[in-house]
Amino acid sequence: MRLQKIGIPILLALALAAPFVVYPVFLMKALCFALFACAFNLLLGYVGLLSFGHAAYFGFAAYVSAHAAKVWGLGPELALVLGTLTAMGLGLVFGWLAIRRSGIYFAMITLALSQMVFFFCVQAPFTHGEDGIQAVPRGRLLGLIDLTDNLSMYYFVLAVFILGLLIIRRAVGSPFGQVLKAIRENEPRATSLGYKTDRYKLMAFTLSAALAGTAGAMKALVFQLASLTDVHWHASGEVVLMTLLGGVGTVFGPVVGAFLVVAIQNYLAQMGAWVTIIQGGIFVICVLIFRRGMVGEVLEFWRRRNSEPPPSGGHH
Amino acid sequence: MFELIGIPPQALFGQMLLGLINGAFYAVLSLGLALIFGLLNVINFTHGAQYMLGAYVAWLLLNFLGINYWLALVLAPVVVGAFGILLERLMLRKLYHLDHLYGLLLTFGLALIIEGVFRNLYGISGQSYPVPPVLTGGYNLGFMFLPLYRGWVVFVSLVVCLGTWLVIEKTKLGSYLRAGTENPTLVQAFGINVPRMITLTYGFGVGLAALAGVLAAPIYQVKPTMGADMIIVVFAVVVIGGMGSIMGSVVTGFMLGLLEGLTKVFYPEASNTVIFVVMAVVLLIKPAGLFGKAS
Amino acid sequence: MKRLSRLALAAALMLALAVPVSAQVSDGVVKIGVLNDMSGVYSDLCGPGSVEAVKMAVEDFGGKVLGKPIEVVSADHQNKADIGANVANKWIDVDKVDVIVDLPNTAVCLAVQKICQDKNRINLISTGASVILTNKNCSPTGFHWTYDNYALGKGTGTAMVKEGGDTWFFLTADYAFGHDLEKSTAEAVTKSGGTVKGSVRHPFPCNDFSSFLLQAQASKAKVIGLANAGGDTINAVKQAAEFGIVQAGQRLAGLLVFISDIHSLGLKTAQGLVVTTGFYWDQNDETRAWSKKWSARMNGRMPTMAQAGCYSATMHYLKAVQAAGSDEAKAVAKKMREIPVNDFFAKNGKVREDGRMVHDMLLAQVKKPEDSKYAWDYYKILRVIPGDEAYKPISETECPYLLEKK
Repeated sequence: MRLQKIGIPILLALALAAPFVVYPVFLMKALCFALFACAFNLLLGYVGLLSFGHAAYFGFAAYVSAHAAKVWGLGPELALVLGTLTAMGLGLVFGWLAIRRSGIYFAMITLALSQMVFFFCVQAPFTHGEDGIQAVPRGRLLGLIDLTDNLSMYYFVLAVFILGLLIIRRAVGSPFGQVLKAIRENEPRATSLGYKTDRYKLMAFTLSAALAGTAGAMKALVFQLASLTDVHWHASGEVVLMTLLGGVGTVFGPVVGAFLVVAIQNYLAQMGAWVTIIQGGIFVICVLIFRRGMVGEVLEFWRRRNSEPPPSGGHH
Repeated sequence: MFELIGIPPQALFGQMLLGLINGAFYAVLSLGLALIFGLLNVINFTHGAQYMLGAYVAWLLLNFLGINYWLALVLAPVVVGAFGILLERLMLRKLYHLDHLYGLLLTFGLALIIEGVFRNLYGISGQSYPVPPVLTGGYNLGFMFLPLYRGWVVFVSLVVCLGTWLVIEKTKLGSYLRAGTENPTLVQAFGINVPRMITLTYGFGVGLAALAGVLAAPIYQVKPTMGADMIIVVFAVVVIGGMGSIMGSVVTGFMLGLLEGLTKVFYPEASNTVIFVVMAVVLLIKPAGLFGKAS
Repeated sequence: MKRLSRLALAAALMLALAVPVSAQVSDGVVKIGVLNDMSGVYSDLCGPGSVEAVKMAVEDFGGKVLGKPIEVVSADHQNKADIGANVANKWIDVDKVDVIVDLPNTAVCLAVQKICQDKNRINLISTGASVILTNKNCSPTGFHWTYDNYALGKGTGTAMVKEGGDTWFFLTADYAFGHDLEKSTAEAVTKSGGTVKGSVRHPFPCNDFSSFLLQAQASKAKVIGLANAGGDTINAVKQAAEFGIVQAGQRLAGLLVFISDIHSLGLKTAQGLVVTTGFYWDQNDETRAWSKKWSARMNGRMPTMAQAGCYSATMHYLKAVQAAGSDEAKAVAKKMREIPVNDFFAKNGKVREDGRMVHDMLLAQVKKPEDSKYAWDYYKILRVIPGDEAYKPISETECPYLLEKK
């Protein structure tokens, strides 16, 4: 608790000052992926469901908000909301299908469904196929603040990111979150306690999809384009990587993971296929040695030093 | 279905035959996946990469050692299978006591590494592997020209699938395997070396993937991404069939190949998605899969 | 004493930074960024080979322009528009790149061209294919060098009808690029008196073409046009050979084929394929001389039209900087349009108002294995297509800033 009291204001100050030191477009990209990873972690870390198709919500929301902003001329906040709602609807339908199975099946089903979305996006005319939706206007926030300036866009992205994080924390900390954790630990017991576990799982899935959508919609505004990259299964794999690297089931783990993975992509871009090999290597190392992820390991170290009793569960 | 009248029955036969040929690949690949899953409870995400490895090993054997197709058909699965065994011994084994999802994540990472290495080594547009001389040309069946090689692919896959099924259902070794799937501790208590059985099963499943790769080499371009494109479809096939039964995964593979072939005639725009749509429908009606036991 | 001298040094440094180094060349260096696909589907046809071509242009130019050094940087956009945009933004904002070269993948082209236009930098597209880059989405500082869909479709379509291939069936990749390519080819076919018997849209990407080929065969069209690219074209050609399509009398027309694709297919499979290309290494002494120089640096491969185009575009850019006496984008763009392009790649090429570099194209047929005398001896040139005939006439332009002028 003490850690949080000091840590959070420091983090906030860092986030506010960051664009003056680091290239803001990079920061915005990392924040978008961080929110994406947090949304994904809500499902994996707190319900124990591994979705291998989160790119569908991320990428499709990007297309919808890009289309809304460019063709329908909606403002950035409305485009963002519309993208989020679409992802939410998609998540509701896909979640309803996918939660019929669990474990590995769940992963494969979500992957297959997202592949369906990918092929739809390749062919649908409004996405412009390989070309993507280009030159999406960032517009004016609430008709007032011009977002074409990178700095104001950054603070907008930061605000949305923090809002998303707060929603996740609220959900996890609430009685709803307690039920989710109970499902993760022992689903039959949760059922026998009278909880309609499927309904809880579906709610978590939908919320996760919606927030992934927010992240995707925001990315479309930041880069002023929506393309097939974001609906491809590689994006689904990347978000798993971010969460795993940072720490499954920790609040800040996915954020750390997202920053690291985006940095690898950006700064090693000239190395070509090596990026894939490095990402694969990180996967293997994380799974074999650091299953808690970076943040998870640090927390564990901290806990051991203060010889607190290990938390109940927290990991599987 | 609207153009049915416009399609002459001969053309329809042709398309169905082609569908079966593609189904042969789905069948062999999903058979391997189902075997591995049955005993290890691991979804082998590297399956696609191992399929690609099979094709590349065949290509390397031909170009650097002058070893022909027929030997490669045996050698490549053995080499890749041995590589699989190495992976199982060094890495996968460490994860059995954990949530099965870790196996999925590990094999996903391995798939990325293998694909990346081959992209670095051989570029992306791929290499061509010639059809073996004996199998070039084809027959005119009246309704279509059937390349001899494609007929061979169907033949080999049928033999392999049936053979595997026979071994598992009718032999003593198969009964150990089935028992090991149900209750490994008990089987171990009977003095059977379960870990070794697991290792060999993984090796065999991987070998099957490599075999499919060698079969595919003369038809498709041998390229690093060939497996990644395939594996997701095969996952859907496995979900549709349900992984409980060996025969189920084989039959589903052929059936879906057929269905995909028909879609290419009637509504080609949907031929990439039709398998996923079927998957969604099956999940609605029979969540455990067509041949799966309800859990 | 020591401290004082350090202070003086710091002051001198500050001064040096504050005073503009050169009035003409911003930040004292002309930086060329090669942005392409280094590891993905297009890496063989542009990739590191394009970077090498650009470096050769810089060396041949003397390594300096207006007395300032020329630097080459490169990056992999992994065929992702957002990564491409990110690199372009960072290059321009942070690393002071003056010109971005190559750019395969239309999605990335569109994103980067827009950024270059907004930030007043030059972009030279060599590998990108879509005609919209100098049309609906043109930019005053964006140039399209080597080829485009329109020229390829028109070149191959017209020529094959003239040779008697007057009935066509298309295998079209089902996305914007494929549709576009099919449309421009079909137009050329009908204009020259041919007919289109039908088309089938195959998913993208597509592994198995057998059923589409069967439909093409059933159509009895004389020519099967492949309105796709890269791996799809390779698979289609390979499987057409397997099904005996060419032996049975139908001809294949590859609408977007690079020599690297032929290399990977092998002549046995690819023979007889008719293609339009912007450059062939073995066309004359000049092209051979350059290509062999390039080849020596690239493990014996031969350059694709895209890679050769990168050299030509870079060279022309440097000449324009020299002539303009500045590296400011608008001044350079003006000179680029004034100076004719004359090198091994293009004879009397001209850069049009819309940014299109118009030069002669080649219609080629892939040789039979027995006619190929040495490594990479792949094409027989059937005809030289004059530039004005090949490219979309500027009278049909939809380029916004040109329309405004009118």
